[in-house]
Amino acid sequence: MTEPLLHVRDLTARYGAAQILFGISFDLNAGEAVALMGRNGAGKSTTMKAILGLIDARAGVVVFRGEHISRWPTYKIARAGLAYAPEDRRIFADLTVRENLDIAALPARPGREPWTHERIFALFPNLREAQDRSAARMSGGEQQMLTVARALMGNPYALLLDEPSEGVAPIVVEAMAETVLKLKGEGVAILLSEQNLPFAARVCDRAYVLEKGEIRFSGAMDALMRDEAARRAWLEV
Amino acid sequence: MTAASLAVQFLNGLANASTLFLLACGLSLIFGVTRIVNFAHGSLYMLGAYVAWSLTQHLSGGVGFWASMFGAAVAVAALGALIESALLRRLYRSPELLQLLATFALTLIIRDAVLYIWGPEDLLGPRAPGLAGSINILGRAFPQYDVVLIVVGPLVLLALHVLLTRTRWGAMVRAATQDRDMAAAVGVNQAILFTSVFALGSGLAGLAGALQLPREPASASLDLFAIGDAFVVVVVGGMGSIPGAFVAALIIAEIKALCIALGSVDLPLLGTVAFPKFTLVAEFIVMAVVLIVRPWGLFGQPQSIQRALNPAEPPSHAAPRWFYWLAGALCFALAVAPLALGETSYALVLAIDIFIAILFAASLYSLVGPGGMHSFGHAAYFGLGAYAAALLLKSAGAPMPVALALSPLGGALGALLFGWFCVRLSGVYFAMLTLAFSQIVWSIAYQWDAVTGGSNGLIGVWPSQWLASHTAYYWLSLALCVAGLVFLRIIHLSPFGAALRAARDNPLRAEAIGIDRRSVQWRAFTIAGAVGGLAGGLFAFSKGSISPETLSVSRSIDGLVMVLFGGVESALGPIVGAAGFVALQDTIARHVDYWRAMLGFFMLALTLLFPGGLAGVWRRRS
Repeated sequence: MTEPLLHVRDLTARYGAAQILFGISFDLNAGEAVALMGRNGAGKSTTMKAILGLIDARAGVVVFRGEHISRWPTYKIARAGLAYAPEDRRIFADLTVRENLDIAALPARPGREPWTHERIFALFPNLREAQDRSAARMSGGEQQMLTVARALMGNPYALLLDEPSEGVAPIVVEAMAETVLKLKGEGVAILLSEQNLPFAARVCDRAYVLEKGEIRFSGAMDALMRDEAARRAWLEV
Repeated sequence: MTAASLAVQFLNGLANASTLFLLACGLSLIFGVTRIVNFAHGSLYMLGAYVAWSLTQHLSGGVGFWASMFGAAVAVAALGALIESALLRRLYRSPELLQLLATFALTLIIRDAVLYIWGPEDLLGPRAPGLAGSINILGRAFPQYDVVLIVVGPLVLLALHVLLTRTRWGAMVRAATQDRDMAAAVGVNQAILFTSVFALGSGLAGLAGALQLPREPASASLDLFAIGDAFVVVVVGGMGSIPGAFVAALIIAEIKALCIALGSVDLPLLGTVAFPKFTLVAEFIVMAVVLIVRPWGLFGQPQSIQRALNPAEPPSHAAPRWFYWLAGALCFALAVAPLALGETSYALVLAIDIFIAILFAASLYSLVGPGGMHSFGHAAYFGLGAYAAALLLKSAGAPMPVALALSPLGGALGALLFGWFCVRLSGVYFAMLTLAFSQIVWSIAYQWDAVTGGSNGLIGVWPSQWLASHTAYYWLSLALCVAGLVFLRIIHLSPFGAALRAARDNPLRAEAIGIDRRSVQWRAFTIAGAVGGLAGGLFAFSKGSISPETLSVSRSIDGLVMVLFGGVESALGPIVGAAGFVALQDTIARHVDYWRAMLGFFMLALTLLFPGGLAGVWRRRS
């Protein structure tokens, strides 16, 4: 069995006095899409931020492509090929769409086709016309696309995609699902944080379910879909 | 006033605006990205002038002159990079107050370094070769060199604009300004970005200082003048906005120029008005008007109300009974001490200084601690109290006890006026504004010879006969010090004090339960000003004379060091801190030439060793 692309063991994180994660362990293999499910506040976003080094108070083992990155600064993790599309999008509103893409550009990875503006615009045609517009003046759906497009400019091996279906129109969710499947086809591993089960089921092979900062379920997506008790206990509101 | 003098003054204003802009835009740029207000920015400006002076001593001719200017900017930029990477980088996640103190510590060190390297004499720089003459403006002479300055400002504005909007580096700076963490998450190395921004901003300050050299001599007091001006420009223009800094510099410089051009004018009802005198307060008036209309500055973004980042303090309680017995016993011991020590004891003189320092530190603590308002200009109210007492005695002929009794009024009135503006801002903006106000009060005292005695100050401010002995004055100081402390403590434990702490800990929730945050803070500011004024009044009569030094920024900082030294979380902090500070200063300053620099290093060591704040250390131990 080959080494997983991203290997997480006993990850803990806290904000001030409040502990959010109580020892999370999971793997993400090259080329697969894995869902990180759970209700609001279960710790999905915190898991991603802790992996990326955006939370200081964290502990545990994070290995990415064979390197221990748990003490690395965030920018170095990004440069190693771990990209992030946050749930609140966090596009740079003072920059144009093109500038948002350009500052995220990193060198091509050996043996992989680099992400160029052309490839990005082929994936997200809406962004092509909006290139010179201020990112702040885009619709919510377009901003969501820009968030993913910006992440891709770093030529990542893996993408941490945090709730891309949150707060966008159903048609955008549909387009996002297509995009995620395409990216998976291109060989980008995806860790998808989701509450939208049909969406996650459509794109992901495996799933982990979080509840109160601990992993309660891990297995194939099909198994989660069949396990009504698990869904009721940890997912349904 | 003629058209010619108006034209010349207008051009002069443009030249001054260029210098102001160069100075302020670097401060604004650095703040935008790092969120640190660099109090040492004025010191970097001063260093620019000194380094340029030294370079011009070795390099001659037109090329040599301009190489000196450029070389000074590069040298200061390199120093800026060093300061950022060696010091400030460790403080980006520290409490704001520590960041401000660390950069202020740098000003102390740089000031003493300048005195050590270049000596205390003002150094007059050479005229720019080939530009020493003047051009003719409607029959009036206007220096050629100033024409160059007029061009430099807009050129730098243009260059910065291109750099920030047309380059990848500029896009990264703007991205990091908006969202540091996300910029890191797309691979932007903040360490390098921050260092380069800091170097650029420092270099611009250095260039401003260097270019000013042919117009005014390099002197070791340039730093505080410069930082006061820079703060005003940045607050008026909007923190982080480069065009804002340009427009603000232009407005302020032109209004000053207009005041000079108007000269003395006979006005109906008012008689002769000497407008040049108004140049001092012009900045203040512009700033006041802007802050009323747009508290975030002309081109700035409205500030979001932030919760205090510091860990929450435990609630305040009245001290246990044994504490009062202990405090009472200590007061009694202090009261009978002179009987044992005797009238001629030096300890009495030192103790009077300590009582005054405690009163001052306690009044500042009431702002910084329970109020959460980081005042960097509290000496203004100390000084206003001192000047009020001295002027009442000398000019109004009031008896000494009356003058002393009214000294809190001097501090309170100043605090009432300035506080109204200050409580509209919070965090670093508040710190900058308080410092700018204290600089304004200082320059008024320094330059209004007819009333304040200018730089000589006022002498012959002695207490009444019955209070003139050391012992009597010691008792008076002790009594007023204890009364002030009790007064502040009663307020702290009152519902008003609780409202003040609520407004500090969570402004939005406090307002949601009906607390008028600004009003509560304004009143607290005024109370602190009154107690500070009383300390100033006591100070004036203990020394027999006062000078603008009583309201200098360094006194404000001494106060902050006392408060931090003692710990911000305890009401005993300022008492212990002030006593320790004065005793230490008394022993060290007499033996060491560069006491200020030592204090600076001490402050840096504190901020680096305890980046979470001293209070945190105290609590962990207890």
